[in-house]
Amino acid sequence: MITAEGYRKLIWKAKIKWLIGNIIVYSIVCIPLVPIILMYGWLIAQAFSGVCISSLIPQKLTLKNFYFLTGPIYWGGTPLYKSYWPLVRNTLLLALGTTGLVVAITSLAGYAISRFEFKGRDPLLKSVVVVHSIPGVLFLIALMYILNTIGLYGKGFLTLLSVIIIKAGLESPMYTWMLKGFFDSVPWELEWAALVDGCSRFTAWRKVVMPLIFPGIAAVSIFAFLSGWGEYLLVLTYITDRKWYTLSLALSELTYQFKHVDYGMLAAFSLLYLLPAMIFFLLTQKYLMTMRIVAYKG
Amino acid sequence: MVKVKLEHLTKRFGKVVAVNDLNLEIKDGEFMALLGPSGCGKTTTMLMIAGIYKPTKGHVYFNDVCVDDLPPKDRNVGMVFQSYALYPHMKVFDNIAFPLKLKKLPKDEIREKVKKVADFLEIGHLLDRKPAQLSGGQMQRVALARALVKEPDIFLMDEPLSNLDAKLRVVMRAEIKRLQKRLGITTIYVTHDQVEAMTMADRIAVLREGVLQQCAVPDELYLKPRNMFVGGFIGSPPMNFLDCSLVEENHEHYLDLGVFKLWIPPDIADLIMKNASGSELVLGIRPEDLKVTLTLPPEAKEAGQKSKVQAIRSEIYVLEPLGKDVIINTKLGDTLVKVVAPPTIRPSVGETIWLNFDLDKMHVFDKKTELAVV
Ligand SMILES: Nc1ncnc2c1ncn2[C@@H]1O[C@H](COP(=O)(O)OP(=O)(O)O)[C@@H](O)[C@H]1O
Ligand SMILES: [Mg+2]
Repeated sequence: MITAEGYRKLIWKAKIKWLIGNIIVYSIVCIPLVPIILMYGWLIAQAFSGVCISSLIPQKLTLKNFYFLTGPIYWGGTPLYKSYWPLVRNTLLLALGTTGLVVAITSLAGYAISRFEFKGRDPLLKSVVVVHSIPGVLFLIALMYILNTIGLYGKGFLTLLSVIIIKAGLESPMYTWMLKGFFDSVPWELEWAALVDGCSRFTAWRKVVMPLIFPGIAAVSIFAFLSGWGEYLLVLTYITDRKWYTLSLALSELTYQFKHVDYGMLAAFSLLYLLPAMIFFLLTQKYLMTMRIVAYKG
Repeated sequence: MVKVKLEHLTKRFGKVVAVNDLNLEIKDGEFMALLGPSGCGKTTTMLMIAGIYKPTKGHVYFNDVCVDDLPPKDRNVGMVFQSYALYPHMKVFDNIAFPLKLKKLPKDEIREKVKKVADFLEIGHLLDRKPAQLSGGQMQRVALARALVKEPDIFLMDEPLSNLDAKLRVVMRAEIKRLQKRLGITTIYVTHDQVEAMTMADRIAVLREGVLQQCAVPDELYLKPRNMFVGGFIGSPPMNFLDCSLVEENHEHYLDLGVFKLWIPPDIADLIMKNASGSELVLGIRPEDLKVTLTLPPEAKEAGQKSKVQAIRSEIYVLEPLGKDVIINTKLGDTLVKVVAPPTIRPSVGETIWLNFDLDKMHVFDKKTELAVV
């Protein structure tokens, strides 16, 4: 039998264990955060500093690092780009185009793979994983050859368009996988109810299934957007016309030669480049964290 | 209005035969219950009637027209699913209005119809809520409303009460029955609860492992079960089954139950001999048909003597009081027998009682085929 004193001792023990456990968990979580916080901290501090700094404390607060928003972007004294905004436009085009295409493809493909039984469904699903594990660089030359053959290489806007298509093609399989999981979680009965209520298969998909997997679509949209926004390799390889350069390409060009580097401007430039990612995550972290369908009882 | 006919209806999922050669006719305006344990193919049958599953074999007829190629949306059936299947992203109003919106009815008419059916089912105050904010009973009513609002020709309900608590279930049982009678819609009601089927349906089709066992009105199902499965499934507590065999001594026939014998008249003995495949039989008797007395009553004789009522002495093993009645568990040989005793008898464990077997209330089954032989 355990006495009252015994119970108190046991409770104390449990509390101490809990405390130690928490300390261990939080320390482990915090370690990888340190370099990230240092990097972002420096970026923000440098973007608003008048001189080059090597700590997290901004000096000579100024906004002049953001001069490129209103005029040409200089590189060691010479203007490299006439304006910042076409770069933003191109990057947005790439990101939004990729997103739209990816969402259109994956929401249909994910549904089909989740709901229809057809020959070769399992091999298809497995091959997605295998193919995805092949580095995309391997396709660069083959794709270059294809683009050249159909006359889309180095054709300005058309090339950007083809980059969008290539990007969407590379991204879609994995997101199809992801959405398949979401579609799987929609109970058959809901779809049947829709069919009995007077929907065709397509209307049932559009009016009942799609709204239910909105969190999944949101997640895919964000990932696709950010991946398009950050795309570098494809743009570098295929886009030759400076008019259609994206932010990632410009950023890399600006850091090209060490002696010309303007750290203040670069930090400001990078900060703005990071902005969409931050905004997206702030706005949608609620959805990203609850990647499941609620409000269904059964 | 519509009558439904199922002809050789069969559905296979790979190797599993969910529904096997089902023939059934549901009359116009009839309330038909599909009754059977979980996994016997009730839902599959329902989904084939709704047009969601294509039968592997056989056909579904509405008013004698084969509807195999009619898509679900054109069948004008209203369906209530076991999980209710309310659209979680729509408010109650939009849930109910959904079938009407798909028919492209004018907005005013939709609002009017939704309001009417919602008031009818007493959920008018819930129209602005999301399904997640409803209780089980309310969700159930919304599902009913959504099925009824389009004025279906056929009303399908798949275990609509199984997710409700016991008290609400009793209330809804009566309400759904009243609703069906008032609207006169041909209704197919799936349930695994024999009480639901018995209390609500005009006729009951009992299914087991995809095979139709018996289709009859409730009384007939109770009084004349076609086989042991139906006998055991209908009624609560379930029918007692006692192994026995037919024997003949001195030109009289007896059912030999091991620990005792029951005399049977020649006409029953003839029937048994004619219908049974062998001498191995099963005696079935309902707990409420076995009369319990504390002494041998005047109209009865001891088991084995020529009499319509024969009694056997036995000891009480366990008692299960039900408030009004009490279920007496007693042992005949190794078999546990349940008897429902009226409130006038308040026995105690270990006491000796008389079990009165009435020849008119006994069911005899063939042990091998499980079919009723008398
Ligand atoms: N889509 C399906 N795929 C494979 N087997 C199924 C499917 N639907 C039902 N079954 C099987 O068919 C049998 C009957 O199922 P069901 O009609 O749901 O039974 P009930 O509704 O009577 O509980 C079960 O054995 C079940 O496992
Ligand atoms: Mg079922």
